[in-house]
Amino acid sequence: MIQFLLNNEMIQLTKFVPNMSILDWLRTNMGKVGSKEGCATGDCGACTVVIGDLINGQWHYKSINGCLMLLGNLHGKHLLTVEALTTKPNPSLEQLHPVQRAMVECHGSQCGFCTPGFIMSLFALYMSHKSYPGREAVIQALGGNLCRCTGYEPILKAAEKCFSYPDNDQSNIAHKDHRFSQQVAVLTTNLEKALADNEIPTVSLDGENQQFYLPQSLKQLCELKANNPQAQFVAGATDLSVEFSQLINQKQQLISVRYCSELMVFEESEQGLEIGAALPYSEFIDKFCHIYPEAHELFERLGSLQVRNAGSLGGSIANASPIGDPAPLLIALDAQLKLQSIRGERLIPIDEFFLDYRKAQLAEDEVIVSIHVPKRQETFKLSCHKISKRIEDDISAVCLVLSYQLENEKMQQVKCAMGGMAATPALAKNVAAALNGQAFNLDTLQTAASKIAEDFQPLSDVRASSTYRLQVTKNLFDRIWYQSAGQIQSLSVNLQSTSAIQTRINHASL
Amino acid sequence: MRHFKTDKLDKNKSNAIGQSFIHESAIKQVTGKAVYIDDRAEEAHSLHAYPVLSTISSGKVLSIDTSEALAIAGVIDIYSAKDIPGKNDISPVFTGDILLAEEIISYHSQPILLVVANSYQTARIAARKVKIEYEKSAAILDIKEAIKQESWVRPPHALNRGDAQQAIKAAKHTVDGELDIGGQEHFYLEGQISIASPTEDGGMFIQTSSQHPSEVQHLVAKVLKQPFNYVTVEMRRMGGAFGGKETQAAPWACLAALAAFHTGRSVKVRLARGDDFKSTGKRHPFYNTYQVGFDDDGLIEGVDININGYCGHSADLSDAIVDRALFHADNAYYYPSAHINGNRCRTNTVSNTAYRGFGGPQGMIMAEKIMDDIAYALGKDPLEIRKLNLYRPGRDLTPYKQKIEQFILKDMIAQMEQEGDYWARKAAIKAFNKSSPIIKKGLSLTPVKFGISFTVQHLNQAGALLVIYADGSVHVNHGGTEMGQGLNTKIAQIVAQALSIDMQHVLVNATRTDKVPNTSPTAASSGTDLNGMAAFNAATTIKERLFEFASAHFDVSTEGMLLENNKLIHEKGEISFPELINLAYLNRISLSTTGFYSTPEIYYNRDKAEGHPFFYFAYGLALSEVEVDLLTGENTLTRVDILHDVGNSINPALDIGQIEGAFIQGMGWLTTEDLSWNKEGVLASNAPATYKIPAIGDTPAQFNVKLYDSQNPATTVFKSKAVGEPPFMLGISVWSAIRNALASITDYQYAPNLNTPATAERVLNAVEVAKQWSESAKKGANNA
Repeated sequence: MIQFLLNNEMIQLTKFVPNMSILDWLRTNMGKVGSKEGCATGDCGACTVVIGDLINGQWHYKSINGCLMLLGNLHGKHLLTVEALTTKPNPSLEQLHPVQRAMVECHGSQCGFCTPGFIMSLFALYMSHKSYPGREAVIQALGGNLCRCTGYEPILKAAEKCFSYPDNDQSNIAHKDHRFSQQVAVLTTNLEKALADNEIPTVSLDGENQQFYLPQSLKQLCELKANNPQAQFVAGATDLSVEFSQLINQKQQLISVRYCSELMVFEESEQGLEIGAALPYSEFIDKFCHIYPEAHELFERLGSLQVRNAGSLGGSIANASPIGDPAPLLIALDAQLKLQSIRGERLIPIDEFFLDYRKAQLAEDEVIVSIHVPKRQETFKLSCHKISKRIEDDISAVCLVLSYQLENEKMQQVKCAMGGMAATPALAKNVAAALNGQAFNLDTLQTAASKIAEDFQPLSDVRASSTYRLQVTKNLFDRIWYQSAGQIQSLSVNLQSTSAIQTRINHASL
Repeated sequence: MRHFKTDKLDKNKSNAIGQSFIHESAIKQVTGKAVYIDDRAEEAHSLHAYPVLSTISSGKVLSIDTSEALAIAGVIDIYSAKDIPGKNDISPVFTGDILLAEEIISYHSQPILLVVANSYQTARIAARKVKIEYEKSAAILDIKEAIKQESWVRPPHALNRGDAQQAIKAAKHTVDGELDIGGQEHFYLEGQISIASPTEDGGMFIQTSSQHPSEVQHLVAKVLKQPFNYVTVEMRRMGGAFGGKETQAAPWACLAALAAFHTGRSVKVRLARGDDFKSTGKRHPFYNTYQVGFDDDGLIEGVDININGYCGHSADLSDAIVDRALFHADNAYYYPSAHINGNRCRTNTVSNTAYRGFGGPQGMIMAEKIMDDIAYALGKDPLEIRKLNLYRPGRDLTPYKQKIEQFILKDMIAQMEQEGDYWARKAAIKAFNKSSPIIKKGLSLTPVKFGISFTVQHLNQAGALLVIYADGSVHVNHGGTEMGQGLNTKIAQIVAQALSIDMQHVLVNATRTDKVPNTSPTAASSGTDLNGMAAFNAATTIKERLFEFASAHFDVSTEGMLLENNKLIHEKGEISFPELINLAYLNRISLSTTGFYSTPEIYYNRDKAEGHPFFYFAYGLALSEVEVDLLTGENTLTRVDILHDVGNSINPALDIGQIEGAFIQGMGWLTTEDLSWNKEGVLASNAPATYKIPAIGDTPAQFNVKLYDSQNPATTVFKSKAVGEPPFMLGISVWSAIRNALASITDYQYAPNLNTPATAERVLNAVEVAKQWSESAKKGANNA
C-alpha cells in the first residue's frame, strides 16, 4: 500500500498499473481535470502540479510534471493540484489565490490550456519567496511552461504582481495556520509508523504480474533487484515516462530508488563530493555550483525546473544517452560511480561506464548508488558550454566541458569531454593531448580545436548537422579564451585587454 | 510597458467598448474549471478510437492484417474506408483530402484504419499492432523537385503590372536572390480532439475543438450520408488553434462519428502529441526567388518574384494561401512594374494548411528582404529605403489593382523613429559592433500592411442569435469560435454597448450549429469584424423593436428615445432595462432575433488577376534589437518596440494580448521553430523536445507595445480593426535585425542571405558567408 495526500484528502492505494502517471490518475481516476495533458513528455508544463516532500521533518514544496512522475512515487508526499488553490465554487476575483488573481488581472490567460500549469509553477515560486524574487528567478521557475498565445509578457507581469497583495502568508500553503496543516500532520504520523514497521510498500495488480516496489533501504533494493532482474529502476521517470507515453513501452515491474536514504545523500568531505544517484538535481545544484560555479551553465539549462525537481544524476547516467549534459561534466571532473548489488560494491570511472549508444557497464542486478567527484584543487580550471536551438529547456546539440590544472602557466591533466558528438558522451583525446603541457593562449586553444575532427565524426540529426557540430565546438575554444583572458591577466602573459569583451548574448537565463 | 490606451467614445458615458475587460473565461481558466473537450465526464459505455497511420510516404497498401489488434482485450472493432456509408473525401474546397486511405498512400502518417476500443490506451496499443504491407513508390519530398516536375495541387496564378522584366533591365541597379522559408507547427497546447454521440433521431452530436463547426457539421453529414440537420456541432472553447483547427479538426470529428455510427455509442478521438505533429498540416514552407531593379536612391522600378508554396499532398486551403502570399509580396511598398507568380507545389507530405497569416507572412518577408538587400547594395540605411518605397498618394495601386486609401505608415514610422530612438540607437550599435569582436548587435524596423477579408468572397458573412429572457438577462450566440483571442468577450462588449447595459447581463457561450447556421470559419482575423457586426445588427433589431413597443405603450415618440446606463429614457420618463423587458414580455413582444452581416465592396476577378479582395488593411510596425554570437550563431532579441493599428480598440487589453502573442509566435517561426523531415519523409521534429517554440526566457527584456491612435475608415464594428493575424508579421523585424547584425561583419556593404528559421546553425553559416565576402572584397581591393 502507498499513502499520500491529494490536496486535503488522504489517499491509500493498493492497486494500480505500475507505469500510471500522476496526470493520468488525476484525470481518469479522480475526475480532477484541471491539470492538462499538452504533450505527455514533460516539455510543455500544462500538467504541472506541486509536490510536498517531507525532508528532516519539514515539508518542502516544488513543481513537477504530472505526466512524468509516477503515481507510486507519491508515497508519503503531499500532492497539490490547481483545484486546491481556491475552494469557493464560483470565486470572485478577490477570492482567488494571489497567483490566480494576478494572472487574471494581468490578462495572463488567453486560450487557457497552459494556464493551470503556469498557476502551479507560479504557486511553487510564490511559496518559496516572501517577495518578488526578480525576473531571473521567474524565468527559472517558468522555463518549463510553454504558452503559445500570450508571448509571456502578461505572465511575467503576473509573477511580479502576485507578491503585491496583502496577507501573503495566509495564501502560503506551508504556513502553519493553513487549512491543510492538520492533514499534513496526520500523514507525517502515519508515515513514521509505517517506516518503523520496515515493510516495503508495494502496489500490485490482481491476476497480473505487475508491481511497483518502494524499498526503504539499499539492502532491500539490491535483494529486490536480484530476485526481479527484469524490474526497471525508476527515480523521477523523466525519461521512462516518455517511453511509456510515446512508445507505449510498458514495464511490468518497477522499483523506486527514491526511498533509499543511501541514494539520496549529498556529502562534502576531504575526499570530495558524494552525490546520491537518486537525489533530484534541484536538491544539490546550489551546493554543487558553490564549488563549481562554472557548472551553472549546464545545470540551470538542464531540462526545466520541473525536470530538475524530479530527475537525478543516476537516472541520466544509467540511460547512457549520447546527449545528457551531466555526463560530459562528470567525465571532465574525473568522477567515479559507486555501483552496488548483492554481490558487493564496486567503483568505476564514469568515462569507462559508457559502452555504446544507450549501453552502459551496469550488471542486471546492479544499481548506481552514488557519484563521487574528487575534491577541487586550487589550480583546477573548468569551462562548460552548451549549444541548443532554444536556451530554456532544450537538449544540447553539443555540450563541451574542458578541465585542466593550471600549474606554472601550463595546462596539465587536461580533459575535454563532449556530448552530442558520438554515440556516447566521450573524451576528445587528441584535443586534450594538444593542450597538455601547453601554455594557455589563443594559439594553443585554436590548434587543439582543429583536432576535434580527429576525435569525433558526429552525426547529422534533428538538433544539428555534423558540420555545425564540428564548427561550433571548434569555435567554442575561442570563447574559452575570451572568457578566461580576463582572469589570467595577472599572469605575465602579454595580451590586449580582453576583459571588457562581451562573450555571450544577453539572454534572460544566461 | 503595456499601454492600455482606449477609445474615442464619449467619455462621460459608461461605455463597454474601449474597456479592458478580462477574458470571459479567465477566472475559470486560472482555477482549472474551464472545460475543454477532454475534460468532459465520459458517458457510461463510451468508447475511444485511434487511427492506424501509414509508415510510408508514397505507395500503396498491399495487405492489412488486423488479427493481432482485434485479439487484444477491449478492442471493439476496426474500420476502413469500406465502412464509410457516405463520402470518403472531406476536402474543404477542392478534392483529394481523404478521410481513410483506400489503397494509395500520399504522405507519412496518413490515416488508413480506425481502431475502436474501450479505453484510450487500448485503442492506441491496438492501432500499433495492425500489420500493413506496402509497395513503396518514389516520393516527391523536395520542393525543387516538385517545381521541376511541375507537380502542382492547383494551377499557378500570377499578378502582373507593366513589363517587370523590361523595367528591371532598364534600371540602374539590380539585385536578385532566393529565400528558403521554413514552415511552422501550430503547437496549440490542446491537441486535436472530438467526441461524437449518436442522437435518438439517428443523427450525431459532435463536440469538437474546431475553428469551423459548420464545416465539421457538413463533413460529418456527408461521411455518414445524412442531411445536415441531423448533425449538430458544439464548440465551447479551443485550447489554441492558430489556423490549425480550421480544416484539420474535421478528420478526427468525422472518424469519431464513423465509429459512433457503427457502435451506437459515444466515441472520443484524441491524437497523442507526436501523431498530432505528424498527421496534421502546418504552415507552408516556401521557396521564393526574386529580381528587383532600382535607382540610385533605392526607389524600386520593377520586381519579379516567384513564390513556391510547399502544399503537401492535396489542395486543402493552399490555393487561397498561395494567393495571399501573392497579395502580400508587396507588403507596404509600391511596385511600379511587377510580376509575382505563385506555384502550389505538390509533395508527398501532410497537406499544409491555414496558420495565422495564411501565406501572407511568406510573401511579405520577400518585400522586407528586398528592402534590406537594396539598402546594403547602396550602402544606405534600410529604414530610408523602406520609407522611400512606401505606398503614398499617387503611388497607391497594388499589383492586384486595389487602390490603397489609408496612408498611416509614414506617420507611424515617424512616431517610432522618435519614441524608439531609432537613429541614436543605430549609431550606438555601430559603435558597439566596432569594439565587440564576438557579439554583434542589429536593429531593424519593419512595417506590416495586411489585407482584411477572406479572399474567398462567400465566406465574408456571419450570423448571430440574440435572446433576452424575461428578467432582462441576455444570451448571445454567434458563428465565431473562441480560441483564446477573446472573441466572446468582445461580442459581449458590443451587445452591452448596443443595448447600453452592463457586461454582467450578457452571456456569450458555446458556438452551436443549431443556434447559428451556415457559419464561416473563425479565421482570416475576421472573428470580431463579421460576428461582432452580426451581433450588433441583432442588438439593433431588438433595440428598434423595444423602442416601437415603448412608443406605443407609453404613448411617446421614438424620437429622442434612448437606451442609457441600463435604462430606457423617453420623453415622459424612464424605465429600467429589466422592467422594460418584463413589460415587453407581458405584452407579448418577441424578445429574440437573429442578426446577419456580409462584408460589402469585395471581389476578385481571377482571370484578370485584379479586384478589391480586401475590405481594408491593418497596419503595424516593430523595431527589434538583437544580439548575435559570431562564434556559435546563437541569437536573441533584447528589445522590441511595437506600434500597431487596431483602429478604435474594442478591448485594448485583449488587442495588446493578440499583438504580443502574435509577435512572439512570428519570432519563433523565424528563429527557433525548425521543422525537419528525414529522407523518407518522416517528420523528425515531431515533439516539443525537438521542435522548440519560444519559451519565457525568449520574451525580450524590453517589450513595449502601443496601440496607434486611429479609427478604421472602413465601416467596421465601432471602427475597430482586425488584430489576430497582422501582428504575426511584426516578427519579420527580428529576422531583419539579425541580418543587420550580420551585415556589420562586412561594414554594412552586404548582408548574407539568411534562410529561415534563423537557428544558431543557419546564422553561423551566414557568418561564414559574410566573412568570405569580406575576404574576397579585400582581395578585390588589393588587386585593384
